[in-house]
Amino acid sequence: MEARGRFGKYGGRYVPETLMGALIELEEAYFRVGNDPVFHRRLAELQAEYAGRPTPLTFCANASEELGCRIYLKREDLVHGGSHKLNNTLGQALLAQHMGKKRLIAETGAGQHGVATAIVGAALGMPVEVYMGEVDCRRQALNVFRMELMGAKVIPVRSGTRTLKDAVNEALRDWVANVRDTHYLIGSVIGPHPFPLMVRDFQSVIGREAKEQVRKKEGRLPDAIVACVGGGSNAIGIFTPFINDDLELIGVEAGGKGVVTGEHSATLCAGEPGVLHGTLSYLLQDADGQVLPTHSISAGLDYPGVGPEHAMLKDAGRVTYATANDPEVLEAFSFLSRTEGIIPALESAHAVAWVMQNAGRFDRNDIVIVNLSGRGDKDVAEVARMQGREA
Amino acid sequence: MSRISGVFAGRKTPAFIGFTVAGDPDKETSLRAAKALIDGGTDILEFGVPFSDPVADGPVIQRADERAIAAGTNPAVVFDLVRQVRGFSDVPVVLLTYYNLVFRRGTDRFYREAAEAGIDGILVADLPYEESDEVAGIAARHGIDPIFLIAPTTTDERIRAIASRARGYLYLVSVLGVTGVRESVDTEAIELLRRVRRHTSLPLAPGFGISTPQHVQTFAEAGADAVIVGSAIVRIVEQYRNEPEVMEEELRSYVRQMKRTG
Repeated sequence: MEARGRFGKYGGRYVPETLMGALIELEEAYFRVGNDPVFHRRLAELQAEYAGRPTPLTFCANASEELGCRIYLKREDLVHGGSHKLNNTLGQALLAQHMGKKRLIAETGAGQHGVATAIVGAALGMPVEVYMGEVDCRRQALNVFRMELMGAKVIPVRSGTRTLKDAVNEALRDWVANVRDTHYLIGSVIGPHPFPLMVRDFQSVIGREAKEQVRKKEGRLPDAIVACVGGGSNAIGIFTPFINDDLELIGVEAGGKGVVTGEHSATLCAGEPGVLHGTLSYLLQDADGQVLPTHSISAGLDYPGVGPEHAMLKDAGRVTYATANDPEVLEAFSFLSRTEGIIPALESAHAVAWVMQNAGRFDRNDIVIVNLSGRGDKDVAEVARMQGREA
Repeated sequence: MSRISGVFAGRKTPAFIGFTVAGDPDKETSLRAAKALIDGGTDILEFGVPFSDPVADGPVIQRADERAIAAGTNPAVVFDLVRQVRGFSDVPVVLLTYYNLVFRRGTDRFYREAAEAGIDGILVADLPYEESDEVAGIAARHGIDPIFLIAPTTTDERIRAIASRARGYLYLVSVLGVTGVRESVDTEAIELLRRVRRHTSLPLAPGFGISTPQHVQTFAEAGADAVIVGSAIVRIVEQYRNEPEVMEEELRSYVRQMKRTG
């Protein structure tokens, strides 16, 4: 029995003994379906007929004109449910069913992963319970309603900081107690092995499609790909198929009120190696190793950890990690809505904000793909409230 | 023989292992709680090192962790508390911690400082066998017993592997779930005890959910070498944290009552 599931020195399985059996079982089942054509046919069918894949790679003529480079959006906002999260929940729910699990639990921040889990629960006939920080339940009330409408039970989490981190804690506690019949459907490339690997594989469909689409439209690969990073699943999903190509990959973290203020979620830019939620990666922590409270305008990025593969990619210098602060994100939210008629999720608006801030680095003919990981309808009420308006 | 092994040598009745969160609600009161537990007859004292994200713990210990952290408890404070305990007692002290606190301090430094403070064993709640190779080596170098968890979901193959690396005692998670007080002893806990016994001669100490003399009786009859009580103790500390004299008396009488059985 050796330590497995490493990305360089990061990753691993730092969980209480009670969960080890389930993680080993999950790893074995996942490697088994890797070679199972029936599983992959079923997943491909659901992706096409239910989720609406492939999603378009949209050329943004107006934004390109304003920013001075060729901007494409990978339209994960058009996936059923409104974000890339369904790519992963479809894969994991099919796997859970395959393993004979009877119940799905999930954590959610912005509610997008919770919604995507509620969707697969309804579609595949599995009961779903979603842990969501009390603060996020308020910020994302619309998504709470959507989950409940689809039959999921939403459990508000009142421990700790009452946001995504604490929702993961509660989901882990539930899993420890119900590990025999329950699958914990983790929503990002975080957590103990095999989650970071498995979620990456399910999300890599984004990058595979984008690569084929950009070749068809432009006859070449892009110069840069930009994606927001909270846990990092949409970013890993679009980066992975390009990882060995000669182009720039940029992950944009939540700068919040500014990294210097301490009120941010910029784990890779401002954190140090540490262990949280079963994995060794970068972590926002104090000198003793206590996990620090985070801040972001977007509930989905409001997380003190990050996927271990991102930690490795940072150390290797393969991906550039940067930040976008709350005001820049709000500007990007308005900009994309106004110029293209596409309202981005506040999470995805971080990637758009980075392009706006760094447009000067690119020439007119440079191709930049932004992963538009989700649509912003869920954020409209909260943004209106911040502007002192009702929506 | 280590101090922990000494507790189990020639025992007829289960040892009582009492857990409290170090620094809950503050350093001074926590020391008084530890002393009361020892005065009541606690055979091994387990000190929880408070962590911001204790995923193996239920609400009672989570709240204690929050109180302790708010009072400024960090590993250095915990080591200092143990030094103070050593001023009046030779009872073995075991730390229960989460891995990030060890990793952040540097594993070697953490174990060295723990040994210097007089700590006998360390259990890292989120460090399973597969990740524990380096830590077990460092523990051995500093003369600290690495304590491991075994759960109802642990296979026989894993039990053998874990038992070969563990020292001191094995902590049997007697229910699936987090720490916290429960009504009765699950039959699964007894089955686990019997199953583990087939693979090792290490002392076996069930924990999680144990709070009454009846629970102790059940485990004694099933052949447990010790019982571990946490949340029930932490609840007493929580309830009487503003009346330390009452807290001390309640803790002493609770331990005595739990030890009369078995």
